[in-house]
Amino acid sequence: MSKEQKELLRCEHLVKEFPVDRKRSVHAVSDINLEIYEGECLALVGESGCGKSTLGRTLIQLHKPTSGKVFYKGTDISDMKPAEFAPYRRQMQMIFQDPYASLDPRMNVHDIIAEPLRTYKICESKEALTKRVLELMDAVGVPRDFLYRYPHQFSGGQRQRIGIARAIALRPSLVICDEPVSALDVSVQSQVLNLLKDIQANYGLTYLFISHDLSVVRFISNRVCVMFLGKICEIGDSEQIYKKPLHPYTKFLMNAIPIADPHLRGEEKQLLQGELPSPINPPQGCRFHTRCPYATDRCQAEEPALREVDGRKVACHLV
Amino acid sequence: MDEMLLEINHLKSYFFTRKGVSPAVDDVSIRVPKGKIVGIVGESGCGKSMTAKSIMDLLKYPGRVVDGEILLEGRDLAKLSAREKRKVRGEDVSMIFQEPMTSLNPVVKVGKQVREAILIHQKISKEEAKKRVLEVFQQVGISEPEKRYECYPHELSGGLRQRVMIAMAMVCRPKLMIADEPTTALDVTIEAQILKLIKQLCDTTGMSCLLISHNLGVIAQMCDYVYVMYAGKIVEQGDVFTLFDHPTHPYTKGLLASIIHLDQLTDRLSTIPGVVPNLMHLPAGCAFCGRCSEAKEVCKTKKPELYDLGGGHAVRCFLTGEGKVSNE
Amino acid sequence: MKREVNTEAAAEQEALAAQLGESDTFLDKMKRMAANNKLAVFSAILILLFLILAVLAPVITPYSFDEQDLLARLAAPSAKHLLGTDELGRDVFTRLLYGARVSMAVGIIPTVVSMLIGVMLGMVSGYVGGLVDSVIMRLADVVLSFPSLLLAMVIMYTLGDGITSIFIALAVTNWASVARVVRSETLSLREAEYVEAARSMGVKDFVIIMRHILPNCIPSLIVMFTLNVPSAILSESSLSFLGIGVQLPNSSWGLMVNMGRTYLYNAPWISLAPSAAIMLVVLAFNFLGDGLRDVLDPHLKNS
Repeated sequence: MSKEQKELLRCEHLVKEFPVDRKRSVHAVSDINLEIYEGECLALVGESGCGKSTLGRTLIQLHKPTSGKVFYKGTDISDMKPAEFAPYRRQMQMIFQDPYASLDPRMNVHDIIAEPLRTYKICESKEALTKRVLELMDAVGVPRDFLYRYPHQFSGGQRQRIGIARAIALRPSLVICDEPVSALDVSVQSQVLNLLKDIQANYGLTYLFISHDLSVVRFISNRVCVMFLGKICEIGDSEQIYKKPLHPYTKFLMNAIPIADPHLRGEEKQLLQGELPSPINPPQGCRFHTRCPYATDRCQAEEPALREVDGRKVACHLV
Repeated sequence: MDEMLLEINHLKSYFFTRKGVSPAVDDVSIRVPKGKIVGIVGESGCGKSMTAKSIMDLLKYPGRVVDGEILLEGRDLAKLSAREKRKVRGEDVSMIFQEPMTSLNPVVKVGKQVREAILIHQKISKEEAKKRVLEVFQQVGISEPEKRYECYPHELSGGLRQRVMIAMAMVCRPKLMIADEPTTALDVTIEAQILKLIKQLCDTTGMSCLLISHNLGVIAQMCDYVYVMYAGKIVEQGDVFTLFDHPTHPYTKGLLASIIHLDQLTDRLSTIPGVVPNLMHLPAGCAFCGRCSEAKEVCKTKKPELYDLGGGHAVRCFLTGEGKVSNE
Repeated sequence: MKREVNTEAAAEQEALAAQLGESDTFLDKMKRMAANNKLAVFSAILILLFLILAVLAPVITPYSFDEQDLLARLAAPSAKHLLGTDELGRDVFTRLLYGARVSMAVGIIPTVVSMLIGVMLGMVSGYVGGLVDSVIMRLADVVLSFPSLLLAMVIMYTLGDGITSIFIALAVTNWASVARVVRSETLSLREAEYVEAARSMGVKDFVIIMRHILPNCIPSLIVMFTLNVPSAILSESSLSFLGIGVQLPNSSWGLMVNMGRTYLYNAPWISLAPSAAIMLVVLAFNFLGDGLRDVLDPHLKNS
């Protein structure tokens, strides 16, 4: 947690829009500035459609940004040719949400984990490859006997472990975890979260952890970035944000979590009204003002800038 | 003692596959009192959805109810004629599902779909039915009901679609609503809205609700009485305060321990080791013994009964209930 | 020294293999099919038998395919003529064997060729998209909009009679439907999360197509193959019937069926024998296809 953390990935004025038709487009990511520091776990939090997944994918160039730049250790990677980009691609791997869909049903575990190694021709011989795959299986806790089994023969938790093994096979520096535990059962979820934490420590990884689940994020992340409709609402140290959320949206988000304690239910909680506005036609001014009970005229007219408050950054006129 | 609306006694629903028989619901007894919300909690594959489907007679081949009775206000649903069954299914008991998109027909306007639900069961004119739909839309918190009436499902957001589903379940003023993971596909802020709505509806209409969820937070916030299911069996039951304050079955304890608390930072999460066993190859003894840290020799060989601990609290475990009489 | 290292590595590998169990080879799959699906095995043997009979025709039968015995016209099946004779006294059994040569070749070769073309174009079209997709699919539309028999006739008239022309004509008319199916499969597979995972690892597009998309198309390819072989056999008979396919006195099953139609009442064996042969081969291909599909599906492997 020292102040002079080294920056691993940074984006400047990153914009990603998906065209719907000739005139309109979905504003998935709008003008985002963000740094990811080495060794940290930065969580991207928000409801579905807030652009958190798109931001993650655009950062590692799975989507070409509409505008804006992405820097990896100071090098601009947003406008590279495929061949130039290949060495950087190796450094940035991804873990997917759905462990059922992210593994090719026609490949066995060996081939799935070996795929990244084969792609970059890491191992010279077949034996070395198998040995490396077995080591990776040990690392994520999948029994060695399952080397030639197919994905459908595993439970969700084991599949996700295989997905993790594949993501760390190349020893990347950054791993994007896109909702890695939201498809799993509670008891399995905690197993996988522990594993992710161990792996991060053992391999010295940096995580960008995308999730809608604030409790999961609480456990794994050092820093939290709350997004709403393609914009950052609040970003900062997770300890601080969980103790005292400043942006109204963050407050509502935390308030809405059903707490597993029946004694805490009598009290009437303030809930957010209404639904998410359309990302095709985002509201003028502060994008949250249509749902915000504290919104003023200023919020409708003027977009709040992300500014430093209390050791974190908040985009709200009212704090 | 509360008056019982629904009583399920020793329900057994099995799946008969080529590879063998899978006891998805094995000797499950559940009681739902009038006006209360009763929860079933468990991980995927524990049989909680299958229990709901058995009540609604929605089990698909190769699954079927093999034994047990389902009593609604004392009437055994299995003994009803096909016509009476249909009447019960839509009018007295209704169900909402997890995925509101796939439960609605994408090419029919939502208002019309809800109206159809009334017209099937009640002989009223289309105009009256439409009026009733608009009333219910209002009741479930759909703003601009006239406008939404004319919408197709894809034009609505997930939250609104779930409200439409609830409206459809409510139009015939059912006595029991079965909600199968009603908020799992929704965002937290929307989830909170929908849960509040379900609670309100139960309070105002006197309807009972059987709420199925894997989320202990949802259960804790909503239910009066809770059943914990594991591998097709009820492993613990009790009122919500007893269950959360004094969990007794190792599985319930494990589930509660693996919850992440927002107000305290943990370095390591408590877990339940292993995975849910395959229903077709259950261990000879307690289904949970392979994952249980407290398992004794007897757990591996004998199947535990459900032991009554008094006050409606019961647990299926040798460690706590030994010597006690089964609640039968 | 070097040898020592090798044996050491080999021993290690052997130990590894023993510990893990070998991976599932094609031979294992075939063995599994043989054990589980007797019908598929029977079908495979039947197809093989037809192929052998076709190749060994001159050895098996004493007659030649155009040898006429005008004294024994329309003779019923007997020890001398196993399946009787036709209107010119030619031995039906002999003509059936020679006809198998044409029919099996016409069934298999153009189907394989058209599927190769269709799979290639379909996958490129679906994966690349854009202008490439439009061009390939419009071309397919053009081919599909002609009645296939008419198109085949046009090609046959242009290229002239003969077996090679039949091959070309059938391949040209059949690739478009294959391409259509493969394209739509590719479109949905392209969006699969494991394809995205592969892209996120930096796997090249060509490798993604070959490793992830093609293998997942196999079930529908097998189904298409088993449907296209019989339809090619039948197309050939139509062409022969119209007089632009195989020419008399050469023999093919389709030709035999059509020639025998006139004598259906007084000499039914002339068309019944080749009809039965066509039916057997068609069914055999279907059953074999089912068996292959099952055994290639990893979901059905665990037993």
